[in-house]
Amino acid sequence: MSLSKHISADELLRKHQERYKLHSGRPGTSGRSMHVASPYINRYTAWEPIPKYNLPANGVDSKSAYQIIHDDLDLDGKPNLNLASFVSTFVEDEALRLTNENITKNLADSDEYPALMDIHSRCISILGSIWHALPSEKPIGSATTGSSEAILLGGLAMKRRWQEKRKAEGKDTSNPNIIMGANAQVALEKFARYFEVEARLIPVSEKSNHCLDASKVRDYVDENTIGIFVILGSTYTGHYEPVAKISEILDKYEAETGIDIPIHVDGASGGFIAPFCHPNTVWDFRLKRVHSINTSGHKYGLVAAGLGWIIWRSEAYLPKHLIFELKYLGGVEQSFTLNFSRPGYQLIQQYYNFIHLGQAGYSRIQRNSLSNARLLSNVLESTGYFTCLSEIHRRKGLHKYVPSITDDSDDPENYNAGIPVVAWRLSDAFKKNYPHVKQSSISTMLRVKGYIIPNYPLPLDEADVEILRVVVRESMSADLLEQLCEDIVIVTETLIASDPIDMAALAHPLRQIQEKSHFGRAAASLGSLSEHGSTSDLPKTTKHEHGQYKGVC
Amino acid sequence: MVHLAQIPNEEAVSKPLVEGLEKLEIAPAEDNCFTTSVYGSKFASSDLPKYEMPEHEMPKEIAYRMIKDDLSLDGNPMLKYEKRLDRLASFVTTYMEKEVEDLMTESLSKNFIDYEEYPQSADIQNRCVSMIGRLFNAPTGAGAAAVGTSTVGSSEAIMLAVLAMKKRWQNQHRAAGKDVSNPNIVMSSAVQVCWEKAARYFEVEEKYVYCTKDRYVIDPEETVKLVDENTIGICVILGTTYTGEYEDAKAVNDLLIKNNIDTVIHIDAASGGFVAPFVVPNLEWDFRLEKVVSINTSGHKYGLVYPGVGWVVWRSPEYLPQELVFNINYLGADQSSFTLNFSKGASQVIGQYYQLIRLGKYGYRVIMSNLTRTADYLSDSLHQLGFVIMSQKGGAGLPLVAFRLDQSADKHYDEFALAHQLRERGWVVPAYTMAPHTEDLKMLRVVVREDFSKSRCDQLLTDIKLCLQVLDGMDREQIKTREQYVKQHVSNSHKARHGHHHYKNEKHSLQGKTGKTHAVC
Repeated sequence: MSLSKHISADELLRKHQERYKLHSGRPGTSGRSMHVASPYINRYTAWEPIPKYNLPANGVDSKSAYQIIHDDLDLDGKPNLNLASFVSTFVEDEALRLTNENITKNLADSDEYPALMDIHSRCISILGSIWHALPSEKPIGSATTGSSEAILLGGLAMKRRWQEKRKAEGKDTSNPNIIMGANAQVALEKFARYFEVEARLIPVSEKSNHCLDASKVRDYVDENTIGIFVILGSTYTGHYEPVAKISEILDKYEAETGIDIPIHVDGASGGFIAPFCHPNTVWDFRLKRVHSINTSGHKYGLVAAGLGWIIWRSEAYLPKHLIFELKYLGGVEQSFTLNFSRPGYQLIQQYYNFIHLGQAGYSRIQRNSLSNARLLSNVLESTGYFTCLSEIHRRKGLHKYVPSITDDSDDPENYNAGIPVVAWRLSDAFKKNYPHVKQSSISTMLRVKGYIIPNYPLPLDEADVEILRVVVRESMSADLLEQLCEDIVIVTETLIASDPIDMAALAHPLRQIQEKSHFGRAAASLGSLSEHGSTSDLPKTTKHEHGQYKGVC
Repeated sequence: MVHLAQIPNEEAVSKPLVEGLEKLEIAPAEDNCFTTSVYGSKFASSDLPKYEMPEHEMPKEIAYRMIKDDLSLDGNPMLKYEKRLDRLASFVTTYMEKEVEDLMTESLSKNFIDYEEYPQSADIQNRCVSMIGRLFNAPTGAGAAAVGTSTVGSSEAIMLAVLAMKKRWQNQHRAAGKDVSNPNIVMSSAVQVCWEKAARYFEVEEKYVYCTKDRYVIDPEETVKLVDENTIGICVILGTTYTGEYEDAKAVNDLLIKNNIDTVIHIDAASGGFVAPFVVPNLEWDFRLEKVVSINTSGHKYGLVYPGVGWVVWRSPEYLPQELVFNINYLGADQSSFTLNFSKGASQVIGQYYQLIRLGKYGYRVIMSNLTRTADYLSDSLHQLGFVIMSQKGGAGLPLVAFRLDQSADKHYDEFALAHQLRERGWVVPAYTMAPHTEDLKMLRVVVREDFSKSRCDQLLTDIKLCLQVLDGMDREQIKTREQYVKQHVSNSHKARHGHHHYKNEKHSLQGKTGKTHAVC
């Protein structure tokens, strides 16, 4: 079958490059003494591949190095068309200027950067107050690199506190467990794995809005439960998990058994949405049982990647045993982080946003995002092709599509509470009429147009349902939204008209490209540490026990 | 009309203008002509011209930077108190070139973890891992498959390494049907605080090899003696934060092999990882030693990148148990991840790649040699001033100078007083109490970083001399008042309001128990 013989571009390239190398003495191939007039006159412009695996013996001048990497990075996607991620992609010019001025500052070095430390404590106070922490209870908190670090710290504090309590009572501490919904983000599971706590995943269902099922909590808790992770804004469908209801259930449980189980709220996305859009939803420190809350500054906090926050309602919930004191030059710094030296500019951006936007600014931005998300949802559902699983566009209390009801209120409180996420699937009628159209093809075709809209299955108990998901961020303007709606419809109708066999052919090579460009490439370069490039020796990664897919956040 | 011009042939071109000129000898260009990087140039390790016009030119970037650095000693009129130079305390990079700053700004809004969206940034990370792994002599022969990852810094890298060692030990013990409830880790008492953190948070008992009055690193014999069947591994530091000395990894390795002890070594090369391979390439501390299974280093120290990047490399997947690696399946692409952080900026990794290809081995070698030379110069000068030098010279340690007052000189002030006096002059030269069991040895430390040129070094020496004179002239009472004044009005951390009284004076860490102060890193 010579026709289907696979051509390896890599191999061909290498062969031809070898040939070129034989012709030594070409201009520009010599090393450092070259006088450079243009960033494109250097030995990597032609003749020599840029160093990938070995530190080159000699360097290049700064302009060339800049140009090489700059051009290389052109292959990255456009941040604004990435509709898969919550991470903020827009930074204002003034904030950017502050960033550049402060890019060398190390957040771990409090002695050298006292003003930065001051900004840190101001941010903690501001966040504490929007989450209704009471100064009388002495709330305490820290900036982190992201919500992952914050969640690990929150879990660790709960574990340690549980251990101390159990030890004081003379009870066994060898089998701690933690409760979370099956929709939990990977950081929550990481906590359980790395800190040796049993993860008890509560199955999700349509009835529980594809997130933590409050009615099942009672069946999972026991005396070894260190706490429960409740997510404000599930990454799958954007629903808020019912914090108040769970708190009530645990209050009752405590009354009956005397076992006190704390709640940690993972407000990675919702922590910056709920206070501005859903003030009537009670989820934060107003609930006594909520001991700690984390959020991502780099999501709806509107800061560039690399900032999270965690706040405990009182210092009593952060065991002393975990805190390290660092002394130098007469100063003392207390530290509870997993990272040490790290940049401080994200913190400055956060503070910039706080004082620049204020309540009103944040409120306007988040409401705009929710309103755009509602528009997209309504358009999608009214095509008849799609059913939305996210529900922020439905009137409060309503859980299915009723074409006759159209709301024009701008107040998010009139709708179901949630974060600006639109998750949808092909409608049942569509699947019946056009069985040849695969939902994943929509994602693939949109990718060709530049949009990144992932298609992935729901958590394990509902893994037979796949969803397409768009995260609406501040940078998604009405104009882009309009274009997107149009493109989704065009793509879907193209698919309806296509021959199923054509579609199969289309999906195949694209899939290959994707795999090569990501895991394939990562594997190749790691594997290439061995000369034979065998990738089979890579660590076999933990397959999620049930083959669960995780939404990127 | 067209003028016809002749194209000169080779002979015409090479014909000398003046007959006989080809016989004249012109002095060859100087050998060390690496002038494209400011601190790698010869100018960084020589005096700035002060009294006479220099013979030779100086490239414009270098002239600019040298003068700018000189000016940074000026007070800033905008600030209430004079805060002039704050830089000798920390290893963390504070200078990068304009071009890479631009690159980093362009990448600010890229989320590093998002492989799907930013495949090129991810690929750049892989290239860095590969280059750094090879720099550490990771096995690359047939069948080898070293793995590594970028982190936010060495702290995260160390946590991951401890986690991997612990899990591997647990798996081995469980397979052998043994108890897994009491893991321990052997390390020097001079470790950075993140080792204590890692042990505490992952519930591993800390076993310390204590320093003595004249040994500030681990003793290999003693270290190996502490190992028992519950030891998950040994930490060996390539460049302690106190004296910058390299701990003898080879001796530990050889003893383990000789005594047939089954445990592993992790090298904490946070500071030394980018120094030793260039300054002392023959020193065996890395994957050349068979017991070394993992190494971490900080890109933001001598890797010459702004804060926020570290690296960790494992010899082979065998040492990174698979249950720790999470596989995230997203859009049909598998991503394996082993991190404690998730979303973070891509800038620093890109900055690292820039430095690697921009400087190359030659550039790093020149810069690190310059730093070593400057450190040696400072060290010798301080010795002349009567200080006892505690750090190594000639590349046997990090380019830093640790020194203390000569106790036999019987001065009526201590190192902390000198630090405060220097602080008043605008220099942050931290004073420390050494690691436990060193009988309350106090010391001062100057970190020689890329932007600490010889000329700046001379300014520091001048001020140290001046401060010594001032202190000699004061009595105890005056010194005390002075110290109080500096603490309250000059140093920053003393005024900080963010310290939490609830957690003050903890007694559970090495610092709490022994009064050791942690060196800033």
